[in-house]
Amino acid sequence: MTLPRRGLLQGAGASLAALWLSGCDKIATNPDLVKVLSSAEVLNRRVQRLLGRGALAREFTRADITPNFKANGTINPPDADYQAMVAGGFADWKLVVDGLVERPLALSLDQIRALPSRTQITRHDCVEGWSCIGEWTGARFGALMDMAGLKPQAKHIVLHCADTLGGAKYYETLDLVDVHHPQTILAYAMNGAPLSVAHGAPLRLRAERYLGYKQAKYVMRLEAVDRFDHIAGGQGGYWEDRGYDRYGGI
Amino acid sequence: MTSAPTPPKPQKVLVRRHSPIVRITHWINAVSLCLLLLSGLQIFNAHPHLYWGQQSDFGHGWLSIGAYDVGDHPRGVALVGDTAFHTTGFLGASKVGGVWMARAFPAWLTLPAEQYLALGRRWHFFFAWVFAINLTLYLASAVIGGHLRRDLAPTWAQLKPRHVLHEIWDHMRLRFPKGEDARRYNVLQKGAYLGVVLLLLPVMILSGMTMSPSLDADFPWLVELFQGRQSARSIHFITASLIVVFFLVHMVMVVLSGTWNNVRSMITGRYAIEVAPPTAVPPEPIGDAP
Repeated sequence: MTLPRRGLLQGAGASLAALWLSGCDKIATNPDLVKVLSSAEVLNRRVQRLLGRGALAREFTRADITPNFKANGTINPPDADYQAMVAGGFADWKLVVDGLVERPLALSLDQIRALPSRTQITRHDCVEGWSCIGEWTGARFGALMDMAGLKPQAKHIVLHCADTLGGAKYYETLDLVDVHHPQTILAYAMNGAPLSVAHGAPLRLRAERYLGYKQAKYVMRLEAVDRFDHIAGGQGGYWEDRGYDRYGGI
Repeated sequence: MTSAPTPPKPQKVLVRRHSPIVRITHWINAVSLCLLLLSGLQIFNAHPHLYWGQQSDFGHGWLSIGAYDVGDHPRGVALVGDTAFHTTGFLGASKVGGVWMARAFPAWLTLPAEQYLALGRRWHFFFAWVFAINLTLYLASAVIGGHLRRDLAPTWAQLKPRHVLHEIWDHMRLRFPKGEDARRYNVLQKGAYLGVVLLLLPVMILSGMTMSPSLDADFPWLVELFQGRQSARSIHFITASLIVVFFLVHMVMVVLSGTWNNVRSMITGRYAIEVAPPTAVPPEPIGDAP
């Protein structure tokens, strides 16, 4: 008699636990509630921009560089056109700069290397929680956009990427205040060597005040826009379309 | 009949224990800490490894929770330094809806239950604001209103080693202050509460802020204070664990020293103490005291 009763009790306990979990989850994932919770993102962005006024992220020494910098997200784009560019050593690769600009550009890697550059040894912080220190060399994003001449109505830059991740093309958006930050660069070298495929060859973003998912790899095109709600999921980035905050500074 | 007087029966009186601001901030704090813990464990699960210093030395964290496959289901293991603890069913591998999953903390301890870092962050950062604003209000009122000085700061007499040892000995025998002594916090209570509101809770906020790359750029002293972002993440986790330990002891003490009386005092503000009836003790003749 005791065994079935015990089984019954365990069953009742398990279903109560399941009920508790599903009840909690209905609340935890309720869309209206999530909208309220997301208001904290606006607060974080406003407060941090107000307090910080764009201070530089800390820069480290060569001795701090990790030999084991983790490559995350896409580490080898499956896209055939990208693989063809790898095979050709990115000889035909061109960075397209268009949208709300006075002078649309198409720049080769050599032309980008000739632009005003910056080298910085910084800490990369992944949204998952880990950090790695590496050295990045790249063209200053602000100077590049000045070259193209932003139209007055431009508010954000969309970074269109070559990689497909989970069935969708990667992309990111940056506000102009971040585009013009001195440490925001389009990096073509890491630790003194050309960018590897795993880390985003031939060109990736470094915006050092932000988390890893903002640092778009395999950048193909910079599009100046006044809004981004018509692009992909409309939230301003690949991970943003999957629920992550667009600010990405926390 | 003998002339020995029977001791007067103690009387229950309700005294004002907690001010409205203490009661309100206490419950807001309790709810936010609970939600912050559950959403925090969701965030921890995204990379269940902790390190010291600026960056992550993958594979060499001081704490690491993982799973390995044996037979029909994953087995959980928690590594603390070089010591492995087999934690199948709780840490590393646990059942979600009857199905075995490799996940650091189990579904019933994370918000939301499923692995969903983005949503865990939304909950965490919203209630981080609620928690921080609430703590600021509490501390400001405690300083300005005198709660800190009057109720929480130990008196010199309470700090004497003999008194402290005596309190510890009494607590170990589950003897709690009674009567007039119950009007104020004992020295162990004061120490525990001060440690939480002045040390653990502020450290939670500061170590949490240190994990934000933008705030690190704005306030480099944050990273200096914790000796690195990964150290800050470790300290955030350890401090949260200490708050959980405090919570468990707090619950045990609430139950042992009178559940309803304690809960009522934190809701209505009224706390019952037993005092000798004032008329039972004949007043001492007021003599010519020096």
